[in-house]
Amino acid sequence: MRRFILRRAILGVLVCMTVLVISFGLTRVAGDPALAVAGPQATAADVAAIRRAYGLDRPLPEQFFTWVGAVARGDLGRSYLFREPVANLIRARLPITLTLGLVGLGFALLIALPLGIVAALHEGTPTDRLVMLVALLGQAMPSFWLALLLIIGLGLRLQWLPISGIDDWTGYLLPGLVLAFSAIPALMRLTRSGMIDALGSDYIRTARAKGLSRASIVLKHAARNAAMPVVAIAAVQLGFMLGGSIVIESVFSLPGLGFLAWESISKNDFPVVQAVVLLLAVIYIALTLFADLLNAALDPRLRTG
Amino acid sequence: MLDVAGLRVSFGAIEAVHGVSLRVRHGETHCLVGESGCGKSVTALAIMGLLARGARRRAERIGFDGTDLLALSDRGMGRLRGSRIGMIFQEPMTSLNPAYTVSSQLTEVYRRHRGGTRAAATERAAALLGRVGISAPGLRLGQFPHQLSGGLRQRVMIAMALMCDPDLLIADEPTTALDVTVQAGILRLLAALQAEMGLALLLITHDLGVVARVAHQVSVMYAGEVVESAPVAALFARPTHPYTQGLLASVPVPGKLRRGQPLDPIPGSVPRIPPDFVGCGFRERCRFAMPACAVAVPLRERAPGHSYLCQLTP
Repeated sequence: MRRFILRRAILGVLVCMTVLVISFGLTRVAGDPALAVAGPQATAADVAAIRRAYGLDRPLPEQFFTWVGAVARGDLGRSYLFREPVANLIRARLPITLTLGLVGLGFALLIALPLGIVAALHEGTPTDRLVMLVALLGQAMPSFWLALLLIIGLGLRLQWLPISGIDDWTGYLLPGLVLAFSAIPALMRLTRSGMIDALGSDYIRTARAKGLSRASIVLKHAARNAAMPVVAIAAVQLGFMLGGSIVIESVFSLPGLGFLAWESISKNDFPVVQAVVLLLAVIYIALTLFADLLNAALDPRLRTG
Repeated sequence: MLDVAGLRVSFGAIEAVHGVSLRVRHGETHCLVGESGCGKSVTALAIMGLLARGARRRAERIGFDGTDLLALSDRGMGRLRGSRIGMIFQEPMTSLNPAYTVSSQLTEVYRRHRGGTRAAATERAAALLGRVGISAPGLRLGQFPHQLSGGLRQRVMIAMALMCDPDLLIADEPTTALDVTVQAGILRLLAALQAEMGLALLLITHDLGVVARVAHQVSVMYAGEVVESAPVAALFARPTHPYTQGLLASVPVPGKLRRGQPLDPIPGSVPRIPPDFVGCGFRERCRFAMPACAVAVPLRERAPGHSYLCQLTP
């Protein structure tokens, strides 16, 4: 187990380095931040001065290694746009995105797991087909559109939930629900297929031959074995939610990481874009590692095998 | 103890079991023999009410110690399963849940039916593991199935089936998936437990050697029917149904067979019998077949406890 974690950690560092190169490269081809910072009235001399001030006139390899060296020391640089350390910007916004992602995952699990189990128990019946149809619709519906529907329905008509901002925790509910929707189909399908496999297995026949209650057979004996692919995909989905909440955060005006990324990409604010991309990569790697550890806890064969 | 009459099981248009009757007495080892696919396992699962969804079970009677199992709800059946009727299966490698320890899987059945504390159940589990010939029960209790060999897993399965002191144990080909050396040990164990605990044992097998060693009563199944049932000595001495005769003739007996002498196999293979089939299912492979075999076959009694399904009289 310790060797496994070590191997994953080394792999994680390699992935981070690749991410560093790619995010650096992509931002450089995206445009010239000096123009954005200088504004439309600036003269060529102003732009050149800004370039010099930010070191953008240096050769690319030199810029890259300067940046990587700074990151290695924990210095993510300063935003061109906000004129503030990037670390401060992230520190202010990360909790909002994390909360949103966790609320989204919570909703997704709360909805997907029971539905997947119900579908598996009624495999091949109209109930099963209805549940799968809902999953298909969820998959087909763009999240911004669903967001608007929910805003109109739950927010404006019924006035149950706030439709923008986060004055208190209720502000997270609508965006969390919308975010959950994108993760529900995959989670539900995996739960269903995993449960169908597990329910058809010999150890479930044994459990029935032992006269155990239906609840124990389904929730204890089958679900534990069906959980592993679900855990793995849930971690990936949480990663998607954290990285992909750009649309949701802008629709609901949540000042989170996605919103920050969107702003800084549109203004060519390199240090922020690079830092956000790197941070998301690190979170992703940590999540998959966490999922593997959780699976090892669920399946003894992975612990001792 | 167990009294089955006219049991029929169908899967869609295929009838796997048509009209099986079977009696297992108190403290008796009853062997159900037959080729693969003749409906032995389906019969066992049907008695337990463990058939897969989509299977249809009908019967004139399934009685267990005075209880009508046909009238029981699934919940009522659940109270008998694991407590008064234990069952072990052919596949020890996959029949235990990989995610839980031996201890957890043994104690849960005891606590479900008998209640009591975890400690009491664990003590009972350790005692039974010792009883089924597992050394170091304390160590095994904390292990997971993947840490045990096939033979050990089957012993765990046996211990699990016996946790609540059942009256009837149904063993569906319990040694088929094991190494030959391990088979003998499991078989000896089952025979010993049957005798010590006064169990009624319904042992399903296709191995006539097993039958000769442990059975009191034998029922021979062919194509979904019991074609002959007799006390073990009578069956081997006076096999009456042509299928039973063919089955016994196709077993090589050391000493009796000269080198190079061919065995005497039954020609053809097991047919698939449609549900509306009438007459003897064996007639196409039978050397004594006659026109009367295409109409309903009488159940004849050759001696008390020795019955067979054939037009012929000995």
